[in-house]
Amino acid sequence: MSADFLYGVEVVLNGLMAGVMYALVALGFVLIFKASAIFNFAQGVMALFAALTLVGIMEGQVPFSHMINAVFGTEIHHFGWEVPALLAILLTVGVMVGFAFLVQRVLFRYLVGQEPIILFMATIGLAYFLEGFGDLMWGSDIKTIALGLPQGGSRWVEDLTSGLGGDDFYGFFIDKLDLVATAVAVVLVGCLIAFSQYTKHGRAMRAVADDHQAALSVGISLNFIWILVWSLAGFVALVAGVMWGAKSGVQFSLSLIALKALPVLMLGGFTSIPGAIVGGLIIGVGEKLFEYLIGPMVGGATENWFAYVVALLFLVFRPQGLFGEKIIERV
Amino acid sequence: MLYREAGDFKTSYQEDSQTFPIAFDRYRYWVVLAVAFLVVPFFVTDYLANAILIPFLIYAIAAIGLNILTGYAGQVSLGTGGFMAVGAYACYKLMTAFPDVNILIHIVLAGGITAAVGTAFGLPSLRIKGFYLAVATLAAQFFLVWLFNKVSWFYNYSASGQINAPERTVFDVAVTGPSTEAWATYLVCLVFVTLSALIARNLTRGPLGRQWMAIRDMDIAAEIIGVNPLRAKLTAFAVSSFFVGISGALFFAVYLGAVEVGEVFGITKSFLVLFMIIIGGLGSIFGCFAGAAFLVCLPVVLKLVGVDLLGWPTDLVAHLQLVIIGLLIMFFLVKEPHGLAQLWRLAKEKLRLWPFPH
Repeated sequence: MSADFLYGVEVVLNGLMAGVMYALVALGFVLIFKASAIFNFAQGVMALFAALTLVGIMEGQVPFSHMINAVFGTEIHHFGWEVPALLAILLTVGVMVGFAFLVQRVLFRYLVGQEPIILFMATIGLAYFLEGFGDLMWGSDIKTIALGLPQGGSRWVEDLTSGLGGDDFYGFFIDKLDLVATAVAVVLVGCLIAFSQYTKHGRAMRAVADDHQAALSVGISLNFIWILVWSLAGFVALVAGVMWGAKSGVQFSLSLIALKALPVLMLGGFTSIPGAIVGGLIIGVGEKLFEYLIGPMVGGATENWFAYVVALLFLVFRPQGLFGEKIIERV
Repeated sequence: MLYREAGDFKTSYQEDSQTFPIAFDRYRYWVVLAVAFLVVPFFVTDYLANAILIPFLIYAIAAIGLNILTGYAGQVSLGTGGFMAVGAYACYKLMTAFPDVNILIHIVLAGGITAAVGTAFGLPSLRIKGFYLAVATLAAQFFLVWLFNKVSWFYNYSASGQINAPERTVFDVAVTGPSTEAWATYLVCLVFVTLSALIARNLTRGPLGRQWMAIRDMDIAAEIIGVNPLRAKLTAFAVSSFFVGISGALFFAVYLGAVEVGEVFGITKSFLVLFMIIIGGLGSIFGCFAGAAFLVCLPVVLKLVGVDLLGWPTDLVAHLQLVIIGLLIMFFLVKEPHGLAQLWRLAKEKLRLWPFPH
């Protein structure tokens, strides 16, 4: 096999890994959209906020210390203790559940029955709020997540595959973190599916996704389900935030991955969990391959827009995405 | 007492269908225009013009453009920044290719070019609806910014990748370039704002505007009563992009003078203009001005209070600003979905009955 072809394969593999990362973010979108028809633009910022909170709790940072110092002229930064990772994760999940509760109580309770586009704009407002709030709470400097996730290329994969090509081929380069992320994503999706298929609340969640009024009439509390769904989305956001944060540091640009998850969703369909994953993989592979094959001809950095244009063209022919429910309009 | 229709007898259809049915509104409108054109230019300072007045006027044009598309025709667009970039770069190419032609003509032409680009990106709106379309317009945003970054023809092969406005004059007064005076740039922007608002106001209450609103309220029903969706949607995209293009051209040529596309016309600009029309009021020309004024003044006021008065660090104030904008968006969507324009309307209703509301 020629080295060029093998490099192409490597690009595809890395694209698949990147796609898993996109899918992690897209999952949170799908959960909320299915249950409440809210298109949650704040999902990316939720990932950022969750990661910031996790790091802040682990390092024992004082929340709002920057602001308190500015107002009262004090010099506080840290409590002086460090929280073990597992406890910190549990606390962060608690914070995200609290956030879900607040969002439902303060915002979306008053927006029930509004047009989807109004809800979408409300989540844009929520995204801005949460972004500023997270920075106020934990500071805006770039942080690293010290969870002990593996970094760097995987020697094992390289050694295993270096025999495939000739002398100038040294095996596939795959980031260990991406491998971990893939494993985590598989486990996460497995848990979500198990939860929604085999538990009482999961079944209630699916009922709400099917039909709000019918669900209400058999005694399911919409409020509870929505809080549950937002909490789940918060948990997914935490996982995505940790993975992306370990990859590129916990910083503002993390919230921009939400923008990247949008074309993934459009491709896969807003209502389908498998769609989010397949869409993520297609976008990941597509943009890496396009950058590898066509990118050099047009000046590179095509990853910025390729996903959107693909999604746009795709939607023109299939407006509901790959796995989405068919859109039926009635007057 | 003054704010009444009573005693104001309309004797022709033209009078009956005028924009401001109450006489007091008409006089107020002329007074505002007279102050803006005849008084402000003599008192305007560099700081006032650059920090508040010129950005306010330019954003008002952009908001009018986006409001036509989103507020009147119901097509949400997140590509405003990209279309402003088209206007800016079209203006730059025209300015450097035809140095003898008047800059005002270039700005209008830049609007026309943006309209063509906007119509092309509006084509998918015939198939895609709602926030699917909003995401699809992101394609325009990212693709256009990338294009202006990568294709060096657009910035005349300059080494920095920036575009710089050369000096151009109107009636021998410099309006672009480094040696402009505040009153001149202010007046240029003001002329464009006035014309834009006038055109937009009259378009939206004419047959075209009614078609847009019919499409917004329910496109299938609109189609059944004889509105051509292709025509209505594409004209909305064209007219909207025209105004957005003009604002982009002004933003580059008159306001900033030098532009690096990713920084100035990025996705944050799209959101900023969207927030302006949400806070100001969807489907209202006055709302465009209110929203633009609000979001231009908010950072200035916050900076004055936070940094200069209380002595807080700048980044803290910047984060607070995000929190406040986010809260305001949510507040307006929950409490007053029609924005500041609705508050204004309510105030006027109350005023008509004042001081005997029963």
